[in-house]
Amino acid sequence: MASSHGAPPVFNNRVIAWIDHRLPIFSYLEKEYHTFPTPRNFNYFWNFGAIATVMLVLMIATGIVLATNYTPHVTMAFDSVERIMRDVPQGWLMRYLHMTGASFFFIAVYIHIFRGLYYGSYKAPRELLWILGVIILLLMMATAFMGYVLPWGQMSFWGATVITSLFSAIPVVGDSITTWLWGGFAIDNPTLNRFYALHYLLPFVIVAVVALHVVALHVHGSNNPLGIDVKGPQDTVPFHPYYTMKDGFGVILFLIVYCCFVFFAPDYLGDAANYIPANPLVTPTHIVPEWYFLPFYAILRAIPDKLGGVLAMFGSIGVLFVLPWLDTSRVRSCSFRPIYKWFVGLLVIDLFVLGWCGANPPEGFFVPLSRVATIYYFFHFLVLLPVLGKIERPLPLPPSIADAVLKKKAG
Amino acid sequence: MRRFIASGAIALSALAIGAVAIAAETEVHPPHKHWHFQGPFGTYDRAAAQRGFQVYKEVCSACHSLSLLAYRNLMDLGLSENAVKAIAADVQIPDLSDDGQPADRPGRPSDRFKKPFANELAAAAANGGKAPPDLSVIIKAREDGPNYVHALLTGYVPFDKLTPAQIKETGVTKDDNYNTFFPGHRIAMPPPLADDKVTYVDGTKATLDQEASDVVEFLAWASEPHLEDRNRTGVRVILFLLAMAGLMYAVKRQVWADKP
Repeated sequence: MASSHGAPPVFNNRVIAWIDHRLPIFSYLEKEYHTFPTPRNFNYFWNFGAIATVMLVLMIATGIVLATNYTPHVTMAFDSVERIMRDVPQGWLMRYLHMTGASFFFIAVYIHIFRGLYYGSYKAPRELLWILGVIILLLMMATAFMGYVLPWGQMSFWGATVITSLFSAIPVVGDSITTWLWGGFAIDNPTLNRFYALHYLLPFVIVAVVALHVVALHVHGSNNPLGIDVKGPQDTVPFHPYYTMKDGFGVILFLIVYCCFVFFAPDYLGDAANYIPANPLVTPTHIVPEWYFLPFYAILRAIPDKLGGVLAMFGSIGVLFVLPWLDTSRVRSCSFRPIYKWFVGLLVIDLFVLGWCGANPPEGFFVPLSRVATIYYFFHFLVLLPVLGKIERPLPLPPSIADAVLKKKAG
Repeated sequence: MRRFIASGAIALSALAIGAVAIAAETEVHPPHKHWHFQGPFGTYDRAAAQRGFQVYKEVCSACHSLSLLAYRNLMDLGLSENAVKAIAADVQIPDLSDDGQPADRPGRPSDRFKKPFANELAAAAANGGKAPPDLSVIIKAREDGPNYVHALLTGYVPFDKLTPAQIKETGVTKDDNYNTFFPGHRIAMPPPLADDKVTYVDGTKATLDQEASDVVEFLAWASEPHLEDRNRTGVRVILFLLAMAGLMYAVKRQVWADKP
């Protein structure tokens, strides 16, 4: 097999050539994953797309294995998970990979999103690419939430109670919608059954949106740490082997951290109360969601009005959809935005503060703190971002990627 | 602009420090003990876990079920097959006879641990209205489980040793049980363990602390029976991944060597 830029690949293997002539999957792979021209200046933040993909595949693989042993019934779900842990060969491994995998999938995706924010990857012409990414995030959140319900522990049950009750805040039809979601007048077996069905369905929807995300990515190619467009072949390297090997290295480093949790602290990121079987008659003292929802949970509780809280929580994700149009700066990368880059850092701190508020009961000091942090979150996107783009003076951009890389090497 | 950012950052960190001070309130944390099963190379102390099983069998099992465990699991603790058969056969398991009538039969190793009460209602009725919790995953179901359960079992204070302030604060009476580590301090369970509550078959002196430590070792195993396998596999997986990472790094450097 040989190929060069532009020319269609020639396959020496006759079977591959025969298939490719009728269904050009090999040409496609060659074009999109081998010769695909990719900016030569990626840093390690650009590994997290590949890492997230690996985690998605891993979650689906372990999830299917778990599904073959799980029983979605309120009287049996908890024990069936414990049976997987105790009696199914390597069941504990599958379950811990899946359970910890959810956390690490979010870690990968949150870093991936941060990278997009910092280097302005959402800006023209990649707005739809970004929006598809936000849709993936929403689908992931729905999937993770419903997956957490399946072991039917105390936090499963009461987390589901809190989140599904949010819909009752909708005026007029709220209660009917909640009843419809539950499949009855309380969270019960029908709720568990439909959550299980959706938890199995949504990951495949995620796969489909990820495919669109990749298609959109391959139209204009990746952004890069300088945020400037590729000007010619001197700015790029073929995706393979340069980035397949770099991504491979990054994936393994990520797996090392992940496996440390899977094997040595599998319950560290979870809540002990979820090892107590669900009991509708006993409310836990503190109902807390999994860590990856904590900032949004804090925003929900920061607003003293139920409907307002729900709107703010969904708004905190919703604002990401219009991010490409809120940013008025003509420069993508924060490397050349001397003021805004500090505010991106402050936004990250703000999210940690929100997460910390979400982990604690909404009392005393945490009430004003979560309100200040919530206001700052929206202030960042709705005020700072549009205004700063107008008044900030960006640093001079390098003439090309190759120029910047060679200058850096020369010192 | 810079100054504005700096002052914002200082204000935020000041808020954070203040909140930490508030968060560290009066909650009683259990004292930290070292457990044999801690850490990436942790294993269960078989002798301690077997003694713990004796404590469970002779004391706890009067009220607490261990429903996720089967008698056969005890072989993982080093008990022989015959010993397990004998333990199971000592128990009468409710079953159906060949003609479909309810009948008890001697237990088999494949049976789950027999519950002390026929059902949840019976358990609640016999225990002042609330069924004693199942202990199968109790170590994982409590924050800092091993230390908490150990502290709870050893944390009872007799009524006449309480200070007037403690009595006033919790409203505890002569008939209640006061426990330093139980949330709210008033606990329905009377002190289950005491010095020489059991007579260990291996001759270990049965102090309160020894009994509590042993039963925690047993319950930790019951909560996470595959811990040793998990740790062993984990060490191998991490070593493999570290080697792979080194290899991948070398490959990556080699591939990029021609790019200035």
